[in-house]
Amino acid sequence: MALYNETVMDHFMNPRNVGEIENPDGKGVYGSPVCGDMMQITIKVDDNDVITDVKFKTFGCGSAIASSSMATEMIIGKTVDEALAVTNKQIVEELGGLPAVKLHCSVLADHAIKCAIYDYAQKHGKTYKGLEGFDPNADDDDENPEGCEGPGCKA
Amino acid sequence: MRQVYMDYSATTPVKKEVLDAMMPYFTEHFGNPSSLYTYGLEAKDAITKARGQLAHLIGANPDEVYFTGSGSEADNWTLFGVTDKLAKKGNHIITTQIEHHAILHSCEFLQKHGVDVTYVGVNPDGTVKLDEIEKAITDKTVLISVMLINNEVGTIQPVKEIAEIAHKHGVLFHTDAVQGLGNTPINVHEMGIDLMSMSAHKIYGPKGVGALYMRKGVNASNYLHGGAQESGHRASTENLAGIVGFGKAAEMAEANLENHIKNCSALRNYLIEQVTKTIPGTTVNGTMEHRHPGNANITFEYIEGESILLMLDSVGISVSTGSACSSKSLKPSHVLTAMGVPVEKIHGTIRFTVGDFTTKEDIDYVVENLAKIVARLREISSVNEKKGW
Repeated sequence: MALYNETVMDHFMNPRNVGEIENPDGKGVYGSPVCGDMMQITIKVDDNDVITDVKFKTFGCGSAIASSSMATEMIIGKTVDEALAVTNKQIVEELGGLPAVKLHCSVLADHAIKCAIYDYAQKHGKTYKGLEGFDPNADDDDENPEGCEGPGCKA
Repeated sequence: MRQVYMDYSATTPVKKEVLDAMMPYFTEHFGNPSSLYTYGLEAKDAITKARGQLAHLIGANPDEVYFTGSGSEADNWTLFGVTDKLAKKGNHIITTQIEHHAILHSCEFLQKHGVDVTYVGVNPDGTVKLDEIEKAITDKTVLISVMLINNEVGTIQPVKEIAEIAHKHGVLFHTDAVQGLGNTPINVHEMGIDLMSMSAHKIYGPKGVGALYMRKGVNASNYLHGGAQESGHRASTENLAGIVGFGKAAEMAEANLENHIKNCSALRNYLIEQVTKTIPGTTVNGTMEHRHPGNANITFEYIEGESILLMLDSVGISVSTGSACSSKSLKPSHVLTAMGVPVEKIHGTIRFTVGDFTTKEDIDYVVENLAKIVARLREISSVNEKKGW
């Protein structure tokens, strides 16, 4: 009946970890308002490579906000390697599913996390297996509306 | 929870008087209007009455009004029927970039079958470029189709002037008046309209019934083939109760027209005034001068329309969005795009339409909740006034 299931609606109406960390260890922005959704993620990483805090800000539809919220919950407390292993498919599963036309919203969250970790790795001179082959300028969204250029990572 | 329906351009509730008029035609007077015994004759009389009621609302002769299954069918009939009928004269249609998909997608289909279509642009205020229409006319042009009122931004198009241009060049003129019927005075003969699409469910009538006005002598080819209903122009057993409802709704719309326009525009203006006063970063799209009395199309900067819609729905408020993310298609509104509204702003656009059951309290409830919701979504958003887009 409803457009989204209860879990999605809960994460949309009461999103977790909204905001922006001051002096973050890593920051990633993915998407663009022209494409209809844009997510910013800031992360704190401790000496053991554990992500201790994550905050997000998202311009986007219900499923973009819900995916962002869910994704932040999924990576808090995880090591960077574990966080890199999180896929957009897992985000969708944790949300209990998204309508087919909205699946790209989970890709947005997945990419924004990778952008933030990429930024962290660059700044701290680290390399991660999970970032191998990750192109910060790549455009994986093949359903872009007209005039929406490949989003890529932005800082 | 309070329920506030503010999407009258999507559809309207059936008025009680309309439903009461329809009811006997489901159970007692259920006859097939084509039958020759009493049941059938009663049904036929009821359709004749409804045709008269609708014809009166638009200043047509009753025999120029043909009932259809929807406004979309009337649009399809016009485009297919006129291009077929006039195939020897030419194969060119002129329409606009802001038409309803019933026109645009039918035109796209016809393009695959040898018809040339010119899509004329609009000004930033949502009114069509008259000079472009005239420039687009060739000796192959058989039809100009321009909607009377746009469904998204509510702009009333200068159809009388467009009809004059069309006729000056011997071209037929059609208008999709699905949003216009009952929301602005219409006199097809005075306005020079040759064909006009209408729908019952936008004027407090039932869904599943529409009509095509076709000026005597136009004779577009048939679209639905079969029996000889509608004087041989449209096959299908008539939607008897639906047509009776359309007739009653038309009669009420005519009696109520002046009040409806006055009340709705007052409420709509109040809504716009309150929203733009209390919420920063808002823009009204489309001209305020010639506009659907109930329509307010508003952009909320730095947030996305579907999010606004969902949060409004959670407090019982129904609105719609022209934004990409809300519909099944990811394409941003073709109407706002044609008007030159930047894509990021199109994503944050909401259409409110008030109607005969809207109250001032409803507007206050909407504005109060909207202010909170917009503020909340702007907190969540990754773009804002300070950072910019």
